[in-house]
Amino acid sequence: MSPILFWLFAFVMLVFGAAVVINRNPIASALSLVVCFMGLSALFISLDAFFIGIIQVLVYAGAVMVLFLFIIMLLDLRVEERRKINLVAFVGGLAVAFALFVQICFVVDQLGAAKQAFPSLRAAKMDDVHNVGLLLFTNYNLPFQIIGVLVLVATIGVVVLSKRELR
Amino acid sequence: MLRDYVPLLLHIGVAIGFAVSALLMSVLLGKAGRRTRVKDTAYECGMVPQGETQPRFSVKFYLVAMLFILFDLEIVFMYPWAVVYKEMIVESKLVLWSMLSFVTILMIGYVYALKKGALDWKR
Amino acid sequence: MPGEFVDQIFVAAKRWLLSLLPHAPDWVVQIASALLNIILLLGVFATLFALISVLERKILGRIQNRYGPNRVGPFGLLQPVADGIKMLIKEDVVPIRADKVVHFLAPIMMLLPAILALGVIPYGRNMTAFSIDGGILFFFAVGSAAELAVFMAGWGSNNKFSMLGAMRAIAQMVSYELPLLIVVLPVVMIVGSLSPDAIVAAQDGYKWGIVPRWFVLTPWGAAAFILFFVAGLVESNRTPFDVPEGESEIVAGHMTEYSGFKYATFFMAEYFGMFAVSGLAVTLFLGGWHAPIAWLEVVPSYLWFFAKLAVLLFVFIWIRGTLPRTRIDQVMSFAWKFMLPMAFTCVIAAAVWHYQAHGWAGWLSSLGIVAVVYLGLSRLLDTRRKFATRTYRFAE
Repeated sequence: MSPILFWLFAFVMLVFGAAVVINRNPIASALSLVVCFMGLSALFISLDAFFIGIIQVLVYAGAVMVLFLFIIMLLDLRVEERRKINLVAFVGGLAVAFALFVQICFVVDQLGAAKQAFPSLRAAKMDDVHNVGLLLFTNYNLPFQIIGVLVLVATIGVVVLSKRELR
Repeated sequence: MLRDYVPLLLHIGVAIGFAVSALLMSVLLGKAGRRTRVKDTAYECGMVPQGETQPRFSVKFYLVAMLFILFDLEIVFMYPWAVVYKEMIVESKLVLWSMLSFVTILMIGYVYALKKGALDWKR
Repeated sequence: MPGEFVDQIFVAAKRWLLSLLPHAPDWVVQIASALLNIILLLGVFATLFALISVLERKILGRIQNRYGPNRVGPFGLLQPVADGIKMLIKEDVVPIRADKVVHFLAPIMMLLPAILALGVIPYGRNMTAFSIDGGILFFFAVGSAAELAVFMAGWGSNNKFSMLGAMRAIAQMVSYELPLLIVVLPVVMIVGSLSPDAIVAAQDGYKWGIVPRWFVLTPWGAAAFILFFVAGLVESNRTPFDVPEGESEIVAGHMTEYSGFKYATFFMAEYFGMFAVSGLAVTLFLGGWHAPIAWLEVVPSYLWFFAKLAVLLFVFIWIRGTLPRTRIDQVMSFAWKFMLPMAFTCVIAAAVWHYQAHGWAGWLSSLGIVAVVYLGLSRLLDTRRKFATRTYRFAE
């Protein structure tokens, strides 16, 4: 992939990822998160993973963000905005984030597999939705059914959780 | 491969340019009216605005969004299935049965939500 | 062959324009070609938007037994120009309590997905602005960005009506996005590809030399087409599903605090969305740019596409002039209790049709499946029994 595009999208993602944390208003944070997802999807697409990139937009930017926004609208926004920044928590959070960063650098440096260049793809153009389908319904049939059960559990959970107000 | 998506990026660029330039043109050409205190209030059909501007919303919106995600996830799995169906059904019926069992599992959840009245908006 | 030349005239014109750059490197030619596609696309649809906005008012006028706009230019055809100038020079009122950035970005975010979605539709033989393999998925992915734009408009305006309208709009758009996504599945299943070009190619040819192989002419295809059209009505917030912007209840929903050209941008986005959904319906079910009768194939392919598009747009306007607005609870119940099960039924019916080798047996059994589920659902959801018949004693 083109390195310029990679740096562009990675930079956008980092800026808006930071904006998610920094914004005091939950809705502004959520909208920044959308841009972050868009950048991620662009990265996937530039890695030839078209299906994952599109699903990233369809499910995360489309569905999950709608859920986030709806949940935020259930809350009282002004309480969130008035909350003061706790200095100890701020410094502590920075320290933890920095430790994690150092750790990741260390691991990546040690790991042999991270250093070798990946072989380029065999076909110049491939239909990845097709490949995902072939794999999913031959090798990964059982995990696929288990996902079905998980989604069923989630459906029942949602109905039960929201039942109190529904009477 | 990148070649396929450069037109896409251009398309996004041109679309943004089109929308932004139209809006900017209206800002330049538009009449700048006087601002008054009454004009700046939120529009509520000419009445003095009542109550808070961002009310808290009912939990049923949350319910709809959550059910939407769950069904969306299911459909995401059905797209690769639909693409390979024609090709795989020739070899074995497994591809049909595995999707039928997946949908049946999810239909249990759908019927449950229906019976519990989660799909009724008027409550 | 003259017919072929007329059919490919735009492709040939583009090739000629690109040949004016003889020594340019390959990538410059590619970028120029992409830009030409996009600018032509925008030009065509901006013109169509202007035309439809005046035609819609004229048709609605005729439905309501009046003339409609007929003062500006011949037959009032220059009305959109007058409207455009008016919108441009109007004052742009931004409420002082609004979030200025979000308020400004919302109309742009609304227009963007509609324009992008128009790009993947094949308008004629070799006439797709950009053909990508997963065109159908791309269409829906950018479509889901429209929900966020509606939310931005509602929240950025800082107004009760806006917020309420936005929440309603999103709730109804997500509910109808599910059937919209599902009814595309049978077509994808039969064609075995997500590319709009391949889907149009699969509907080529005529059965027994007369009946076109359009998917709308199969039982599952007809059911899926109707569901798709209804879901499309909702996605573009058109009557009878315009609850989010119901004038008599919440002013203009998420557009309440917008004025001048920003309001016009929302309007344009709504129409572009309508063009995109209708265009996809033509591509998926109505055979794309293929002619309905074999000997009419001399008529250029893009004319067929736009003729079918015009018919669908007319139905959009016709419905707007005919039906009253539904209530929000009716809209939502209809999506979850009727559209969703019906959409799944279409997938099953198509699977059966394919299994029985697209023959008569398959035709009849898929018709049977669709009919049984339809009758069952309409029996279960019948609300007439719950209310006593209204009787009037005075003023019949």
